[in-house]
Amino acid sequence: MAGLSDQRDPAAVSDLNFDQIVEAVARDHEQRDMITALLCQQVRDPATICYRQEVFRDLQDLSLFQAAVEFAEQMRQVRVHLDQLRKMSSGRQREGWFLDAAAIYCDAIRSLAVSLEGQTITSRGLTAFRDYLAGYIASSEFDRLCKDAADRKSDLAAITYQVRIKGLRVEVSRHDDEPDYSAEIQKTFERFRQGAVQDYQVQYRIWPGMTHVGAQIAELVARLYTEEFTALTAYCREHAGFADMVIRRFDRELQFYLAYLDYIRPLLAAGLAFCYPDLAAGSKDVFARDTFDLALAAKLISQGKPVVINQFHLAEPERVIVVSGPNQGGKTTFARTFGQLHRLACTGCPVPGSAARLYVYDQMFTHFEREEDLDDLTGKLEGDLLRIQKALLAATSDSIVIMNEIFTSTTVADARFLGEKVLAKVIELDLLCIYVTFIDELASVGPTVVSMTSTIVPGNPAERTYKVVRKPADGLAYALALAGKHGVTYPRLKERLGP
Amino acid sequence: MKAHLLYRGADFDVLADLSGHSDDLIQDLELTTVLRAMAAGDKFLYQISARVILTSLTEPGAIRYRQQVLADCIAQPDIIRQMYSLAVAALEDKRRVWGYWPSQRPTSILSGAVSQLEVLVSRLHDLRQVADDHLAKFSSDGLVTLLRSLQQDLDDEYFDTLSAHLKQLRFRNGELLSMQLGQDNSGVNYVLRSGSSRRRWKERIGLESRSVYSFSIASRDDAGAQVLEDMASRGINLVANAAAQSADHLSSYYTMLRSELAFYVGCLNLHDQLSARGQPVAFPDPYPASPAVFACEDLRDTSLALRRENVIGNEVDANGKPLVIVTGANSGGKSTFLRSIGLSRLMMQAGMFVTARSLRASTCPQVFTHFIREEDPAMISGRLDEELSRMSGIASEITPHSMILFNESFAATNELEGSEIGRQVVNALLEADISVFFVTHQFDFADSFRRLQPDTTLFLRAPRQADGKRTYKLTVADPLPTSYGQDIYYRIGGWLGEGRDPAASG
Repeated sequence: MAGLSDQRDPAAVSDLNFDQIVEAVARDHEQRDMITALLCQQVRDPATICYRQEVFRDLQDLSLFQAAVEFAEQMRQVRVHLDQLRKMSSGRQREGWFLDAAAIYCDAIRSLAVSLEGQTITSRGLTAFRDYLAGYIASSEFDRLCKDAADRKSDLAAITYQVRIKGLRVEVSRHDDEPDYSAEIQKTFERFRQGAVQDYQVQYRIWPGMTHVGAQIAELVARLYTEEFTALTAYCREHAGFADMVIRRFDRELQFYLAYLDYIRPLLAAGLAFCYPDLAAGSKDVFARDTFDLALAAKLISQGKPVVINQFHLAEPERVIVVSGPNQGGKTTFARTFGQLHRLACTGCPVPGSAARLYVYDQMFTHFEREEDLDDLTGKLEGDLLRIQKALLAATSDSIVIMNEIFTSTTVADARFLGEKVLAKVIELDLLCIYVTFIDELASVGPTVVSMTSTIVPGNPAERTYKVVRKPADGLAYALALAGKHGVTYPRLKERLGP
Repeated sequence: MKAHLLYRGADFDVLADLSGHSDDLIQDLELTTVLRAMAAGDKFLYQISARVILTSLTEPGAIRYRQQVLADCIAQPDIIRQMYSLAVAALEDKRRVWGYWPSQRPTSILSGAVSQLEVLVSRLHDLRQVADDHLAKFSSDGLVTLLRSLQQDLDDEYFDTLSAHLKQLRFRNGELLSMQLGQDNSGVNYVLRSGSSRRRWKERIGLESRSVYSFSIASRDDAGAQVLEDMASRGINLVANAAAQSADHLSSYYTMLRSELAFYVGCLNLHDQLSARGQPVAFPDPYPASPAVFACEDLRDTSLALRRENVIGNEVDANGKPLVIVTGANSGGKSTFLRSIGLSRLMMQAGMFVTARSLRASTCPQVFTHFIREEDPAMISGRLDEELSRMSGIASEITPHSMILFNESFAATNELEGSEIGRQVVNALLEADISVFFVTHQFDFADSFRRLQPDTTLFLRAPRQADGKRTYKLTVADPLPTSYGQDIYYRIGGWLGEGRDPAASG
């Protein structure tokens, strides 16, 4: 499709923990591949993004959302039933399943239509579908599908039959009210009971699918109840292929919206804000209010923990945010947030924050620390530099670069030298960039560079607020306080390792 | 019946908990490469080898017990592999015959158990034959004891008893029962019926004639018979249970034998690969935990030796030096050296050979690694916090005479602070009689030990040649206040188009 590119660069996706978001949204959904593809595609056409945003807005209404979820679940059951048909060799069994599938389908369609009529719908996507659905339900074909299904169901529910097994011989007849034999046996031997014994009892199991023996039995049952089964066969023939193509496609595409909304629902319930970002093409004056790292927040909320929200804004001519400050202060999380927001914005999904203006970029480059790789004998630093070189040479002025603590395995002098080289290139290209570093001099290399720092709880240097705020780099680092917190300073270790 | 090839007079517990640090060791020491070579595609060998290597022996005598068994194995590899194959084959045979499991029908449990007993017993004959044929070829306590016990416990009289039982366990099944099926097109709501009241039914239905349709399963239709058996008798629980337990006992014997042999087969596989690559292999000389001893010649990283040609070994004599600090060029072989130290110690304490011309070393209760890591994917911690948290975890477990390997630790902050944390940690560890290997680029850290503790610290350096190319052989040399990032930047051509900076390379 035009205007789309796949942003599934594995390294970048993993650096931002965007893969966690995709995984958590797509989960084991039937449409997992489609959901993954849509989340990983980068739409650069504002009209497409807007179309999707409208649908999301409609579905944010709770009762409509629930109706859609219910519809999707019923349609899923229909598909599962129909899939099963292909695996079934017994005609009688296929007919039973087919009937069940049709009954669920009828119910799903009628329930959804009722829900849609009762809602205010403004999106172009859902409005068109509602109109289609109204016409479909009014058709005589649909009416017969539903009514006949109900009749066949009640016929079959009234049947009870009996099977007798003698060695390799099986007899099938109408049920004649024989008493429950296992109950008789239990009663007979109850008097010997001394107490609890180990249970060797085997549970009766209904074997999955129908065996050829089961099929033979079913055939005989059909001969016992000719009228009911003849009507069933006729139903199946008349209504083969009952599922409407348009409705099936709608159901499929709906999965994308429902999966994402389902994912963010607990976050909304916890009071976190989501918004539809303004993607004014061409403006690098980006901002986001009350935003957060979506992957982290989902995890924290599920554990009942609070989520720290942050803000950022860049005003002309600002392009680069250098993030410094104490460790474990939320710098990495902040960098990820910036990247995630931009990726999400290009999918049409609502993004974390109460308001946001974001940039429609061409490529996003991330560079976070990687584990040392034995195969890479050129060494870690050289590997880092080669990757950065490749990224910076491929970047354009429309790109976004996010780098995190890249030169930590070399000296301060090297880290400063290389950090300056990176920022020089970033400034030359005039691209948007987040640069997380311990070298706080880098925060003041030019007018397009803005300094933000992670912050601490005043009076308790080991405590972090996880807030990253716009202020000059202050050179404070709190490593020893942190070591104390973990009990690995010299005096604490002497105590811990002592005799 | 026991094998006791790994511990004199004691079992190998394949289920014992591993140290919480095991995952770090596997990852940091690239243990996977060594384990893959030992496994040679056999997942079981991999698991057992991992477990043995990660459960270090600490007694030099216990290490020598295994070294002797392993030496026997290396001298007679075919016999050891044959015994291992027997155990594997017995378990394979068992898998090939119809099985049984607790929630199954009793008739199936019984027939499965009997079939398995038959195949498992037949391999016992082969095992006895190995002992009869080859006992004289071995000299290690472990293998001699094992083969003798096979001869004694599996004598001819015992085999006669076994075959008598297997005949008796045949069982004839003739039970009948009737069932009712509920609604839906396949049967549900099964209820067992007594089948004694046909007359009442006829009376009640009166004029309507009773229709009974029937069919029979063909006598060769096993699946059909199985379906009917599902509905049939479950009255033979107790015999089935006893037979199943006996089959379980016998297969657990083979499993035990396979586990005990697996480690040695793994060692043979590794030995084959290293020999093919012309790598030096030697049995190390284990010393008691204290005083600390460490000296090696041509010690190589086994993992790297399996993957690269032209691997360079190191000579180190660190006797009397509880702290070894390695500095120098990036890409200079520092991490490789550190891995060779850790791997060789684990291999020695597993009773294995090492890739070296010689190695003398104290045993240590545990080996710990503290390597620089990727950002925590669970996002709980920042980088330094994560490093300190791991250090704290180690401090909770580590005991005197243990060994710890640091690789670029405490570098997630600026150099002065990182150095200070490093100094405090290392000094506390040294004073607790723990030996420390520390790879660092932090000059301030390394240099302070040169100034304050020169006699008890060994300094190694990864050198850099004049043309900027690296070699990988470490030399004894003090740390230097230099860095190479600028070199690399200009060598790879940078990204600002400024070309090579002559000032930086001088």
